[in-house]
Amino acid sequence: MKREIINLKPKTQKTMKSKTTSKRIFSRMSIAFAIAMLMFVGTMSAQRIKGSDTCLPLSQKLAEQWAKTHKKSNISVTGGGSGVGISALLTGTTDIAQASRKIKFSEKEKLSNKGKQAKEVIIAYDALSVIVHPSNKVSKLTREQLEGIFTGKITNWKEVGGQDLKIVAYSRETSSGTYEFFKESVLLNKNYKTGILSMPSTGAVIQSVVQTKGAIAYVGLAYLNQKVKSLSVSYDKGKSYIVPSVQNAKNKTYPIVRPLYYYYIAKQEQAVKPFIDYVLSAEGQKTVSKLGFISIK
Amino acid sequence: MLAKRCNKLRERIVERIFSVSGAITTIAIVLIVVFLFREGFGLFGSSTIENGYSLFVNAKNDISSLSPTDTKRIFDGEITDWRDVGGKAGEIKVFRFDEIFNLYSEDAFGDNYALLPDKLAEVIDNNPTIIAFLPDKYAPKPSSVVKRLTDRRITAADFVLGTQWLPTATPSPLYGMLPLILGTLLVSLFAVILALPLGLGVAVYLSELSDNRIRRIMKPAVELLAGIPSVVYGFFGLAVLVPLVQRTFALPVGETAFSAGIVLAIMALPTIISVAEDALRSISPAMREASLALGATKWQTIYRVVIPCAKSGLLAAIVLGIGRAVGETMAVLMVSGNAAVMPHSLFESVRTIPATIAAELGEAPSDGTHYQALFMLGCILFIFTSIVSIAAEIITKKHHTSKEL
Repeated sequence: MKREIINLKPKTQKTMKSKTTSKRIFSRMSIAFAIAMLMFVGTMSAQRIKGSDTCLPLSQKLAEQWAKTHKKSNISVTGGGSGVGISALLTGTTDIAQASRKIKFSEKEKLSNKGKQAKEVIIAYDALSVIVHPSNKVSKLTREQLEGIFTGKITNWKEVGGQDLKIVAYSRETSSGTYEFFKESVLLNKNYKTGILSMPSTGAVIQSVVQTKGAIAYVGLAYLNQKVKSLSVSYDKGKSYIVPSVQNAKNKTYPIVRPLYYYYIAKQEQAVKPFIDYVLSAEGQKTVSKLGFISIK
Repeated sequence: MLAKRCNKLRERIVERIFSVSGAITTIAIVLIVVFLFREGFGLFGSSTIENGYSLFVNAKNDISSLSPTDTKRIFDGEITDWRDVGGKAGEIKVFRFDEIFNLYSEDAFGDNYALLPDKLAEVIDNNPTIIAFLPDKYAPKPSSVVKRLTDRRITAADFVLGTQWLPTATPSPLYGMLPLILGTLLVSLFAVILALPLGLGVAVYLSELSDNRIRRIMKPAVELLAGIPSVVYGFFGLAVLVPLVQRTFALPVGETAFSAGIVLAIMALPTIISVAEDALRSISPAMREASLALGATKWQTIYRVVIPCAKSGLLAAIVLGIGRAVGETMAVLMVSGNAAVMPHSLFESVRTIPATIAAELGEAPSDGTHYQALFMLGCILFIFTSIVSIAAEIITKKHHTSKEL
């Protein structure tokens, strides 16, 4: 199979394109599919973006629009998680690693051991909002209260000014970058309580919050809808509560905001520059806002 | 003559192909099992602290080693005084490696971070009650001011008897699989209890009692159920069953072992029904006719003749049904809530072994203890299903020998 791909270059280009279209359709399909794609992509000379699932829809949309004006170049986008993307950068199986967290010190070390240097670009911001069931009377919480709820010290809504109802805290699975970021920013690196309900996807989290009265959970701002209620959050012990919105995230008053990064190898800057420039351009950033993320300007 | 020889040759080739494919399958199975256990057993003997990291304290501190649970509670802020873990009184100051970059600018560490260990030693020296979680590569050398806590090793007892599953806790992950194994057993047992009588009942009805027309509609319909992807069952469970369970029993959460058990029972039904029905139908009509001719009623024929004759097939149906319930992943992942707590009742969230493996393997680094722990869970699941099928084998054998006597 592999040898065929190398020998029949013109043909593979064609298959590659059809793969890209099918990828659009199955944008969130299983990892198995992603791996199959990867094996395919591994033998190609086109640009490859890999990493965070949070960045996945954004990178896909951007690559799609880029492909419209640059018929010759192919960009393939795959998910797998921020860590997966960065380790692919290390092994050279991707050109750009997309990440929803900053590169770790240990990862930077591994790269420099291989004589590589990673360059970092912030392409957008993503805000996390805390959501509850719409019937919940509580509309604002401090960071300390959130920490208490998610680490299991606060178990009833009446302790934070609500009705007498058991708190049901939902979280994402451990493989999610969102899980890590919430733990870092809100719980200050403490562990979630044992027995927190963990859901495999953001969609499942929202579904559960909609049908559970005492529920509380966190989702990306882009996923907010009418069926759930989002809470204002205070990071200054209750002096000011900030509503999660694109505007508040942009003017940096809303605290639970994280940057989304692209990492690439400094030596390969020439190859990836045109696409990254496009992402950072006004047109690219318009797509960023359209998808519910926060543009960098 | 030539045609005959050709035929012989062809036969020999076909025979060879069959035996080779048999050998390949056997080898593949053995290799998978060996791989599973080799990866899994790497867990025991690994350090309880994250790979490549160690814990350090000030040399004046009496503590020389900490249990994983104590370490976790210290870093979670639940234990705040050294007195609580057997040391001298003093408020514990938790220090994570990344904090050093807030204390000093990047330039202070020199080329290739050559000065980093010295700076870390300085921090530890200045704080007598500190506990620092540092990578070995940049750790200060143990000296008159810095003391490295001795690691402990993960033991089989930690794994089997531990009640906390916190695989991503830093600095020391906790791999207690007891809640997971109990969760798996609870959910699958409940599913099997629901599915077996129902499934066998439907099979008997379809093969013995229903007329041909109903059977012709129902059998494909049941088999169609088996073709629905499990994620669809999962979503059905989450959107329909979970709120229903929650309202009916007035529970705070609908994602419970009860809901998961029902979904699993529905999923195991088609397997049980079609295998059991095939087994019942394979009994020759002569047996039934003989029984009826002797004056037995229809029910007596079913109960005393058909079912005993089809026993091994029925057992196969049961084993396959249990296997389906135990190994099912996606649907359970969506409806069980995945809370790794010791289950006390059916109306609580549970986390099962397959769901844990599916949810966590993607992000577990392949040389770490988390990865090995997930493989160990796979081994447990494998042992569990082997026990079920071996038990079934023994039961059928017993049945056959008693018949011969």
